[in-house]
Amino acid sequence: MVPVHQLALKSLWNRRFTASLTLLSIALSVALLLGVERIRVESRNSFANTISGTDLIVGARSGSVQLLLYSVFRIGNATNNVSWQSYQELRKHLDVKWAVPIALGDSHRGFRVMGTTVDYFEHYRYARHKPLEFAAGKPFSELYEAVLGADVAEKLGYQTGSKIVIAHGAGEVSLFKHDNKPFTVTGILRKTGTPLDRTVHVSLRAIEAVHVDWQGGSKMPGLSISAQKAATMDLTPKSITAALFGLQSRVSTFRVQHYINNYPAEPLLAILPGVALQELWDMMGIAEKALLAVSVFVVLVGLIGMITVILTSLNERRREMAILRSVGARPMHILFLISGEAVMLILLGILIGIGLLYGFLFIAQPLIENRFGLFIGIDWPSLYELSLLGILLLVGTVVSIIPGLRAYQYSLADGMTIRI
Amino acid sequence: MSRVIEIKQLLFRWQCEAQPVLNIDSLVIEAGQRVFIKGPSGSGKSTLLSLLGGVLIPERGEINLLEQRINTLPAGKRDHFRANHIGFIFQMFNLIPYLSVLENVLLPLQFSPPRRARVLHSGTAEDEARRLLSHLDLHEEHVHQSVTALSVGQQQRVAAARALIGRPEIIIADEPTSSLDADRRNAFIELLIRECDTAGNTLLFVSHDSSLERFFDQRIDLREINRAVDNRTEAA
Ligand SMILES: Nc1ncnc2c1ncn2[C@@H]1O[C@H](COP(=O)(O)OP(=O)(O)O)[C@@H](O)[C@H]1O
Ligand SMILES: [Mg+2]
Repeated sequence: MVPVHQLALKSLWNRRFTASLTLLSIALSVALLLGVERIRVESRNSFANTISGTDLIVGARSGSVQLLLYSVFRIGNATNNVSWQSYQELRKHLDVKWAVPIALGDSHRGFRVMGTTVDYFEHYRYARHKPLEFAAGKPFSELYEAVLGADVAEKLGYQTGSKIVIAHGAGEVSLFKHDNKPFTVTGILRKTGTPLDRTVHVSLRAIEAVHVDWQGGSKMPGLSISAQKAATMDLTPKSITAALFGLQSRVSTFRVQHYINNYPAEPLLAILPGVALQELWDMMGIAEKALLAVSVFVVLVGLIGMITVILTSLNERRREMAILRSVGARPMHILFLISGEAVMLILLGILIGIGLLYGFLFIAQPLIENRFGLFIGIDWPSLYELSLLGILLLVGTVVSIIPGLRAYQYSLADGMTIRI
Repeated sequence: MSRVIEIKQLLFRWQCEAQPVLNIDSLVIEAGQRVFIKGPSGSGKSTLLSLLGGVLIPERGEINLLEQRINTLPAGKRDHFRANHIGFIFQMFNLIPYLSVLENVLLPLQFSPPRRARVLHSGTAEDEARRLLSHLDLHEEHVHQSVTALSVGQQQRVAAARALIGRPEIIIADEPTSSLDADRRNAFIELLIRECDTAGNTLLFVSHDSSLERFFDQRIDLREINRAVDNRTEAA
């Protein structure tokens, strides 16, 4: 077969203005497709990596997704608490290796405050069993001390030694501040890409201390207990929001879960974080699939646009085809010439699209990480992405045959006759 | 002398039901001849040339080119035959607009290995293209120009160079001068004939303009050999 690709290239170059518009639309749609796919995969990864190493999360009985949302993602609120007594009894269960209580409800300038114990910093794991690390300072040890997540410190410009005041409730602007009991920042955690980065950690006793002069969600009128006085009081909490459990062996997970779910003293719920994460992700999966579907449609629109442009140009190219026939081209050459142009456009569009994506990632990666806590790695295209592109090229090639066949028919009908 | 073109009992019509356009008992053209075929417009000249080029096939009859029956060859072989043995020149705009002058001239070599081999036998393809162009009064400054920048006369000479490159046995020109003024017309025909003489191709020149007859050594009036014309005039 005669190589007609040079002709196709020159003809494309001759129509470089329209060709580059077509190219741009294909490249943009490819970049969009890949970008959506990347964000999808990365957000799923970062999502699945939010918590690991914890075998069970225990809270008051509600939905498992709800429990996961407030205990791990700090989204929403618990409808009920777990009594301190039950927690104490549960942690004595033979199969339990470690337990970390958490108490939520307060906030600091829009960031959630979480009461816990220093064990939290030891046992909490994210990504693939990565432990928490301190970027500065150390865990809290005194009552009015706090450890900040990376984003809190960065956004609000805190360092170790900074003083902060926590507010009642979780809103951005809180009416009631526990301003008579300021906290000192003792440590700042390294960035984890999880909701932990946006959390202020204090001790469980500190949560109790700021609430000694409170009852049931409002300040007791006329009663004001100073920070020093509160410190001398019994600060054992009456209840906690939830607890993280590590077990002696994975094998006992379901037994312990069953035990907790049927705990006679109060209605509790124990969930496996991995299972609940999957459940939550599946709920969001529809949006994710819709997004992918939209970008697939954008790519299809790009392809259809290209085919339309080529088809409309065919009529004015019948002269060119007749000339080629007269110098010996076969109708098949004409088909390859026209389809070849389309395939070249698609191939180039894919390459430029990949380039656009990486260019965009290069610029936007830090912004996305900063703004959404989503780290998008600038890696080589994944096998899945390559196969997406492969399918696109395949579909594109098949679609490219349409104008090629049309040109083939024209050139059979016209022969060498030049029609003006 | 060998028969370059031999047509026997040829019958062609565009649609099955329609009147035949061509009905030719016999047409023979010997090698090295300069043949002028005249006929008014619409008389089937271009149709005849498409049949010779193997782009159309007759309903019946024989078309022999270079002693080979081409009308029974499969389509692909006919295309090869045309690429290897025939150079075409058409009325106007018969260059590929997105190729330079040089690329247009070299185009047939892409489709015909024998013609390419013939050119490469005596140097490079580019040199041969330049040589032909300069014989046709197109010089260095035109070689890399875009063909759209040329005058019509120059374009026709580029088309002639393209037909001549690789010395195909037959040159077929379909009204190549009808868009030129009288002076350029004569100059073009003289150049073309001179080139065919040096290269030894058979030239088939088709026109409705009988004032050009004088340049040729064999003149054929299509109306005299085409019996389809009589039928049609009778029918009209
Ligand atoms: N592609 C075609 N389909 C149908 N009829 C055609 C086609 N090309 C030419 N004809 C008809 O064939 C006849 C001869 O046309 P043509 O060979 O172009 O004449 P000439 O070249 O002598 O002017 C005309 O009547 C014309 O209408
Ligand atoms: Mg004609």
